[in-house]
Amino acid sequence: MTATLRPPASACPACVAAPAAEALAERAQPTEAKLALSLPTIHCAACMTAVETALEKVPGVRSARVNLSQKRVRIEAAPGITAEALIPVVEAAGFEAHELDAGTLAATATDKAGRDLLMRLAVAGFAAMNVMLLSIAVWSGAEGPTRDLFHWVSAAIVLPTIAFSAQPFFRNAWTALRAGHLNMDVPISLAILLAIVTSLWETILSGEHAYFDAAIALTFFLLTGRYLDHRTRAIARSAAEELSALEVPRAWRLTDAGEEHVPAAELRVGDLIRVRPGGRMPVDGEITEGLSELDRALLTGETLPVYAAPGQTVSAGEVNLTGPLVVRATAVGRNTSLHRMADLVAVAESGRENYTPLADKAAKLYAPGVHILAGLAFLGWLAWSGDFRVALNIAAAVLIITCPCALGLAVPAVTTAASGKLFKQGLLIKDGTALERLAEVDTVVFDKTGTLTAGTPTLTNCDAFTRHDLEIALALAEGSAHPLSVSLTAALRAAGIAPAEVTGITEVPGHGTEGVWRDAPVRLGRAAWTGGGQSATTSAWLRVGHGPAQAFTFEDSLRDGAEDAVAALRDMGRQVILISGDSVAAVEALATRLQIPQWVAEALPQDKAARIKALSDAGRHVLMVGDGLNDTAALAGAHVSISPASALDAARVASDIVLLGRSLAPIPGALSVATTATKRIRQNFAIATWYNVIAVPLAVVGLCSPLIAALAMSASSITVSLNALRLKGTR
Amino acid sequence: MNILAYLIPISLILGGLGLGFFVFTVKSRQYEDPEGDAQRILSGKYDDHPKQD
Repeated sequence: MTATLRPPASACPACVAAPAAEALAERAQPTEAKLALSLPTIHCAACMTAVETALEKVPGVRSARVNLSQKRVRIEAAPGITAEALIPVVEAAGFEAHELDAGTLAATATDKAGRDLLMRLAVAGFAAMNVMLLSIAVWSGAEGPTRDLFHWVSAAIVLPTIAFSAQPFFRNAWTALRAGHLNMDVPISLAILLAIVTSLWETILSGEHAYFDAAIALTFFLLTGRYLDHRTRAIARSAAEELSALEVPRAWRLTDAGEEHVPAAELRVGDLIRVRPGGRMPVDGEITEGLSELDRALLTGETLPVYAAPGQTVSAGEVNLTGPLVVRATAVGRNTSLHRMADLVAVAESGRENYTPLADKAAKLYAPGVHILAGLAFLGWLAWSGDFRVALNIAAAVLIITCPCALGLAVPAVTTAASGKLFKQGLLIKDGTALERLAEVDTVVFDKTGTLTAGTPTLTNCDAFTRHDLEIALALAEGSAHPLSVSLTAALRAAGIAPAEVTGITEVPGHGTEGVWRDAPVRLGRAAWTGGGQSATTSAWLRVGHGPAQAFTFEDSLRDGAEDAVAALRDMGRQVILISGDSVAAVEALATRLQIPQWVAEALPQDKAARIKALSDAGRHVLMVGDGLNDTAALAGAHVSISPASALDAARVASDIVLLGRSLAPIPGALSVATTATKRIRQNFAIATWYNVIAVPLAVVGLCSPLIAALAMSASSITVSLNALRLKGTR
Repeated sequence: MNILAYLIPISLILGGLGLGFFVFTVKSRQYEDPEGDAQRILSGKYDDHPKQD
């Protein structure tokens, strides 16, 4: 199953989009194989032990450790062991497995930035607890030297802690200020610094109010938000990078001295390249030798293999199916049609840059407002009382009260909860704002081949043949590795057919297989070669002796959950559109089967992107679901996009969300989770605003003691976090 | 109130110990798979000794 889903590991079309694969190709042979597999379906202790025990039984595997939080297993094994060999083992144990790129894995395993943030968070938490204890004594009425002592001890704890823990905010604020604009970190840094300075000043003068506790609690809550945010991003980023399939960009070049194995980057125009059956074209070119069939599904969405003979042009990314081919390169590297597709993506992507996340929208309103308010309070008090110290105290109180603690937690707490929930359902959010964009979707565009369908043909007319014919067909099909033959073999075996005694079976590349049965020649293959007629659907023709050729017809089997997903999306009131590069007949058949009223067939990649753009211009928010190279521009151009794990690197890079499993069923669920998540974010903003509306007037008139500041801050942060956690419970 | 001269340093030291332990757990990577570790205790396979990396 996996073998058909995954593109073969050979010279790659997507290497332009997969630096990981290139890096991998350049690395030297390791002494020990460190492998990683993604296991989207594991969920319990029994799954973990089952996978680990199954893997450890394989000779050569030294250790296997499942990480349930990340749904993956890391394997240390002898150098010869490959992931391809281990995937069947895990599948035999009953779990779906996909290969992860261990090269990028090593880089993300030591998440330095995350551990650094966690350490700062821990130090801030430790300091906050101690300072709060001291503050409680002050709030409950400590006076005179005792109060001063407590303030000094607090200062001694807080100053070094702020210097260490609040660094990320200071750094970000400084970068923003130098670039000449305001972000959330500017009011945060200003509030922390002003609180510290006024508190120190008050402490020196034995004043009543010191805001050390507020300053440190602020840092703690904001770091919590920052850490959650970072973790969600880091998990998504690493998983998306590691998913890159191992398509090593190498090719066999024919020279006078023989064949040599070279990186695809070294190929030049005019080189002769040998492409074996199952291999992918590394360049654009012209066939000079050999007969075969080409699979263009990933490039154009066509399911019907194309006949290939000398003189025909081929594009990088097409898969050679039956016979070895020699290709003369006419365009390499950046000039290939594949690379021009990447340029389309770059053009399409600029459209999405216009999206402003909710948090940024809030910050834009918020940051200047806070500064103006604090400034006015300061000036007002200075003019009215003439006391600089009082005015500065009031300004500090306003800044602390308005400091965006709850705002800082509002978005990350929700995205953490939501993406955790989606990850459990098998969806990986790659982009921070993807959830918000997903919630706005009103139109869903599906690609056909490889997205709604599994990309594997299934036999549809087994009943139309006599048992004799089926037995002959099975014997012939077993002699070929062509996808149709493989599917035919599987279907007939499942029907309990035994192969007939056919002798002298040979595969004729590009045409089919032939043999001799009871002194009569038998052939299974293309229509023209067997004497068959025209057929609108994918078909293989069988001819026994000199009788008429009969057609085995195939249809692309539906991907798991495709029917349910489309129905559920329709029920949710989303408009569903099918756009495919495949023939009209094939697309119409699928559209009727899934009851999709709007469909477009024979669409070129540019057409797909143009149609998405037209929809967007008409005010629609489009969700594009696609897997092929012909979809990449459309994926990048859509408001938000999803691609399955079996998609090519380029498609996964261009999309915001990756489906980890095989089923499409989680998509409607993801839409409703996204809608709830966005609702929670808005609620959180409302909660944070209400706290400010109540507390700010108190601060401005000078009634805000450090106790009120601490209460307002903690209460709002906790309310916001709890509101976000409600997401986990909803079904 | 002289007792404060003892109590404050003591509370700071105790808190510092807690922080130290936390730093140790971060360094020894005990937060890499919280869900898996929670599930592993349910399996009898690791009763004799924990699963080594």
